Amino acid sequence: MAENISIRAVTTAEERALEEEREQEKAFRAAPKLNKSPLHGLWALTNRDLIKWYKNPIQLFISLIQPIVWLGLFGKALNFGAFISSQPGITPAEIAALNLKEFGTTSYFSFLSAGMLAFIILFTAAFSGMSVVFDKRFGFMNKALSTPVGRGAIVVGKILQSVIRSLIQAAIVLGIAVGLGMDTSHLNALSIAGAFTILFLMAFGLSSLFVMLALRGSDWQTQMAIINLLNLPLLFASNAMLPITIMPDWLKNVVKFNPVSYAVDGARQLLLGSPGSLGVPLWVDFGVLTAFAVILSGLGIVLSWRLLSK
Amino acid sequence: MSNQESVKQTEYSQRPSIVKVENLSKSFGSLKAVDGVSFEVKEGEIFGFLGPNGAGKSTTINVLTTLLRASGGKAEIAGLDIQKHSTEVRRSVGVVPQEYTADEDLTGLQNIILCADLYGIPRSNSRSHAIELLKLVELEDAANRKVSTYSGGMRRRLELACGLINYPKLLFLDEPTLGLDVQTRAAVWKYIRMLKESYHMTLFLTTHYLEEADSLCDRIAIIDHGHIIKIGTPDELKASIGGDVIVVGVVETEPDISSDIAKINLVKDVKKSGGEYRVKSEIGEEASIKIIDMIRSRGLHVTKISLTKPTLDEAYLEFTGRTLREEETNRMAMMSQRMTMRRARS
Ligand SMILES: Nc1ncnc2c1ncn2[C@@H]1O[C@H](COP(=O)(O)OP(=O)(O)OP(=O)(O)O)[C@@H](O)[C@H]1O
Ligand SMILES: [Mg+2]
Repeated sequence: MAENISIRAVTTAEERALEEEREQEKAFRAAPKLNKSPLHGLWALTNRDLIKWYKNPIQLFISLIQPIVWLGLFGKALNFGAFISSQPGITPAEIAALNLKEFGTTSYFSFLSAGMLAFIILFTAAFSGMSVVFDKRFGFMNKALSTPVGRGAIVVGKILQSVIRSLIQAAIVLGIAVGLGMDTSHLNALSIAGAFTILFLMAFGLSSLFVMLALRGSDWQTQMAIINLLNLPLLFASNAMLPITIMPDWLKNVVKFNPVSYAVDGARQLLLGSPGSLGVPLWVDFGVLTAFAVILSGLGIVLSWRLLSK
Repeated sequence: MSNQESVKQTEYSQRPSIVKVENLSKSFGSLKAVDGVSFEVKEGEIFGFLGPNGAGKSTTINVLTTLLRASGGKAEIAGLDIQKHSTEVRRSVGVVPQEYTADEDLTGLQNIILCADLYGIPRSNSRSHAIELLKLVELEDAANRKVSTYSGGMRRRLELACGLINYPKLLFLDEPTLGLDVQTRAAVWKYIRMLKESYHMTLFLTTHYLEEADSLCDRIAIIDHGHIIKIGTPDELKASIGGDVIVVGVVETEPDISSDIAKINLVKDVKKSGGEYRVKSEIGEEASIKIIDMIRSRGLHVTKISLTKPTLDEAYLEFTGRTLREEETNRMAMMSQRMTMRRARS
């Protein structure tokens, strides 16, 4: 009787093992239902770059320290407000009036703070193309291209990760600026939300531009040259660092074609309550930047279909 | 044995084709990397592309997996035209590329799950499947380590696991054992055989290792300068260069019995040099017995006999006019150079 049972037990164990194997094989063969939406994988691609960013302490540290250095050193050193207040015999009321006239706010530092938000976004966006180049170099791009993920999703993922990173950095810059003495009298939830919408549009457009320029090539030297070629002109030919009123006429015209100017203008109107220095109402800033973002990201997606397969 | 093989072979030829390639070509500028190749891969077989550097192996795989657009000809995978239904094709095949493509900053597990996301496999399934695959390639202990800490062999195995994430029926492997040591190569061969036998997958691989093509592949296409020179089973390729070589030593140098040996059925060719006869035969085992019997029946004495099976090496030499051995050394030099360049860049 006891023997019988043990024999029985052996067979069941064997059967079970076989069953298990069959089960495993079935599990291996039975593909699950796939998500076939054209946007599938978009978040996975975006998140991959974000993980690489926040899991790398050095990169994170540098991207946090950079705005502090710029605001703390540049913003305080280039203190035009000090020129004004060092005039002999000038009254505080006159200082305030002059600041308001030149900078549209209480001090040059406040004026520059809004420009710095655009600056940090521009510089983060500029390097979004670099990550495309590295993905091509290290083979990851080919891996992504051999999966059914949309070509557009690959491009939009690159744009999105740069947008998210730059907005987080912009938020940090704003916090630091407030800590260092930026005028807060116009800050409220609505003005901040509005300013970040403007910055989002600019980040989207600029990231699209740099990602697009990286789609063709695969060497980082060229990419570096493109960044240098575009970055500083986009920054200096804008109202980010200095008021447009002190610029020569030809430069004023260039500034008006620079999308960065509209982001800075909008951010100043919202965060500092400045009058529009470009001479346009707030809705024009929104309009220009929306068009900029839509056109460039659209162009990027179309180009991705053409350029990502040879 | 050979009987069994031929049974297996007819079985394959009756199976449906999972890959059909007609006159496919791909040019880069004026260079014709792939120049009008046609072949079919049958369901469930291991099909190998054997050829030297720059023969067009990777280019063919890249066109079939829709990474590159063909310049001419057409190809179907599982009945889907690769140009018209490229997304569907990508969804249904697995690819293990020649280069390492995993993200070094992520862990092995993160890499596979990312792959699964790109295929649109729901997370509820992909986590467990990824772990299953890591177990299959014996990487479960390194699953949570960054890929930058992996050795070359571990990376290859990770690439293999990534290529399997979408439950493909057809897997493309581009030089799956390039640069691996003998042991790891054997492990990869084991996985490949298991995929065929247990999971009934079809495998399309490229290699420049003759042993690999010989022992793994059911059928081989020899490719050079973008052309397919010959397609067949390893045995067919070997047989096509003239069969086994038997060398018989006879004590008595006279009389010359070449013509008698030549009369033996199964013998194709005889050459005498000194006290030795070099005999070619398609079935050397049987012919050699008959030769010995015949020599003894003449009252002569056999001093020695040897039987050499033709190798794929010889077949390859015959078809391409080159040996792969010479190339292997070049190749390893190139590989190590490539690796150093990568390191320097990162
Ligand atoms: N993107 C490309 N642009 C220009 N030429 C290319 C490109 N890719 C491959 N070639 C050329 O096409 C030919 C075939 O290359 P391919 O990579 O297919 O060879 P292969 O058989 O895979 O060689 P290997 O064994 O070295 O991997 C080579 O002469 C190569 O230089
Ligand atoms: Mg190759």
